[in-house]
Amino acid sequence: MPKIVLEGLVKRYGAFEVLHGIDLEMEADEFTVFVGPSGCGKSTTLRMIAGLESVTEGEIYIDGKPVSHLEPKARDLAMVFQDYALYPHMNVAKNMSFALRLQRRPKAEIDAKIADVAETLGLTQFLHRKPGELSGGQRQRVAMGRALTRDSGTFLFDEPLSNLDAKLRGQMRAELALMSQRVKKNMIYVTHDQIEAMTLADRIVVMNGGYIQQQGSPEELFKKPVNKFVAGFLGMPPMNFLDGEVAEKAGEIYVEGQDFSVKLSREKADAIRAHSGRKVTLGIRPSDLVYSPDAADEQSLLLNIVVSEYVGAQTVLLCECGGQKIDVELKSDIPIDRNRQLRFAINPEGVHLFDQDTEAAL
Amino acid sequence: MSIANKANRLTPYVFMAPAAIILTVALLYPICYMIYASFLDWSPSQRIGEADFVGLRNYANLLQDAAFRESFWVTIKFAAVVVTLEMIIGVGLALLLDRNIKGMSTLRTIFILPMMIAPIVVGLMWRYMYHPTVGIFNRTLKSWGFEGIPWLSDSNWSFVAVVMADVWQWTPFIFILSLAAMQSLPRSALEAAEIDGATEMQKIFFIKLPLMLPVLIVTLMLRLIDAFKVLEVIMVLTNGGPGLSTEIVALRIFRTAQEFQELGEAAAMSNTLLMVLMALTIGMFMYNKMQENRAVRMKAAASKGAV
Repeated sequence: MPKIVLEGLVKRYGAFEVLHGIDLEMEADEFTVFVGPSGCGKSTTLRMIAGLESVTEGEIYIDGKPVSHLEPKARDLAMVFQDYALYPHMNVAKNMSFALRLQRRPKAEIDAKIADVAETLGLTQFLHRKPGELSGGQRQRVAMGRALTRDSGTFLFDEPLSNLDAKLRGQMRAELALMSQRVKKNMIYVTHDQIEAMTLADRIVVMNGGYIQQQGSPEELFKKPVNKFVAGFLGMPPMNFLDGEVAEKAGEIYVEGQDFSVKLSREKADAIRAHSGRKVTLGIRPSDLVYSPDAADEQSLLLNIVVSEYVGAQTVLLCECGGQKIDVELKSDIPIDRNRQLRFAINPEGVHLFDQDTEAAL
Repeated sequence: MSIANKANRLTPYVFMAPAAIILTVALLYPICYMIYASFLDWSPSQRIGEADFVGLRNYANLLQDAAFRESFWVTIKFAAVVVTLEMIIGVGLALLLDRNIKGMSTLRTIFILPMMIAPIVVGLMWRYMYHPTVGIFNRTLKSWGFEGIPWLSDSNWSFVAVVMADVWQWTPFIFILSLAAMQSLPRSALEAAEIDGATEMQKIFFIKLPLMLPVLIVTLMLRLIDAFKVLEVIMVLTNGGPGLSTEIVALRIFRTAQEFQELGEAAAMSNTLLMVLMALTIGMFMYNKMQENRAVRMKAAASKGAV
């Protein structure tokens, strides 16, 4: 299936620029997820690939062929919309076969295809219902079925799960993952939900303010975020940030702030030694803090517990350290006194440093 | 039940009574009066009590009255032709203008101006335009080297003339309703159709028009009911002539009452027209009811069907 390349993609509405030059290569059969907060330009990018928005500058290549001036139907894509975009006056079978009927394919072929897709998606018994007679989950499936019957090289998804309730969303997410394994196609998926991004993607593209912040595998982005935005966006609960200053004491490098002083590992220390005295932000994920009353001061944080949120097997402690908020995630069966100051050791692997001015990772 | 309780239960009816009485008097009284009058042989010089009761004779006369049958036929022909033309032009215009053009709102206002002009004025205006020598149509035709057309004096052309005037005045009504319907269509369904490979024409015929159908049907009914009652424009333009070529029922009723002084007969005609309109109205109500029932059924089906 085709390889898709975006080259210097710019979108302007009048004088207002919403995308500032997007460069991206998506390998064949890859599941790419665009993720970012609302208004970051992810949906616009997808709609430009689909051909529903014009390209102001730059080019989109599908299989090496520039397509930005082609009609959507000439681009060999199928799309699933956020509100499903089913045709309300057609029944499920008609909805799914619309594209094939427009292509005047033989009726037998269409019927076979519909039966096949309906079977896979568990829609066989609903083929004669209209979208208004279906539940949200079923409509979602019909929208996916409509895309599947097309046999396009590329599937586009525009926040397809955001109109479902939480339980259904989890279920559909799993089905999507299954589907993407089965049909080897390019999938381009837009979401603002970082869990969907992490679970589904081969490649995550994090966007903010019309720029790509970082792209790579979920693991890469989670472990080595290039800036504070990516670090804070991926992961739940989000990463903690503590403002401090780099200090050198007796050859060791510390990050010091209000009520804390953390010694950096040798590797980190070497990377940052030249920046002594610089203002930095220390980033630690809630799961990288471990309850440990006897840990050394310089490898731990002393936190005031403010609120404890019990979520079953895990408990999230909302704490405070020198006036800055910090979350800790720990197993619920660890016996702790929830009304006190407690000491948590920092996993040395889990220490991230960001420049306070540029927010770039150091 | 205590008296206080009883009084409490009666209160809402007491509050509603004045409105109910006014409605009854204002709506039912004239209709009953008309129905009663249609059984009378009644001339305007008599009080209603003095008129002779003739039973169904007025209706029987109507059936045998070739002039009435002719005007009934003219009305049906007129309504069918104008409403068809208005639907095609109105919906067509809406399809063309459903986009973001600069000055669109001004354009829309201009389009609906004809609807705001009093029918009498429309009639007068068109009468001058149709004037055989000084009217703009014939002057233009002549300046191009064609013969002038006897717009209002030929029985075929006069029908065309009244149709044109009515289409001019009422197309905007359909235009504006279908434009509103079109702009409330789900955008994403149209985008999905685009991705599915539909051309502009296919989008119109397979997506836009079917989705607009409920609005179009109601619009059609409203226009049809109105077209059956048209009077002023035709009265001013041709006064039903030449011959009976443009004498629609409303005009026939007016003349029966005014010129022939046959109030009973006129009432019987009115009743006949009323029955036709009633049938149309009931048809529209039934259609609406059907839509509502369908929506309810769909909702029930959707909430029953689990994931």
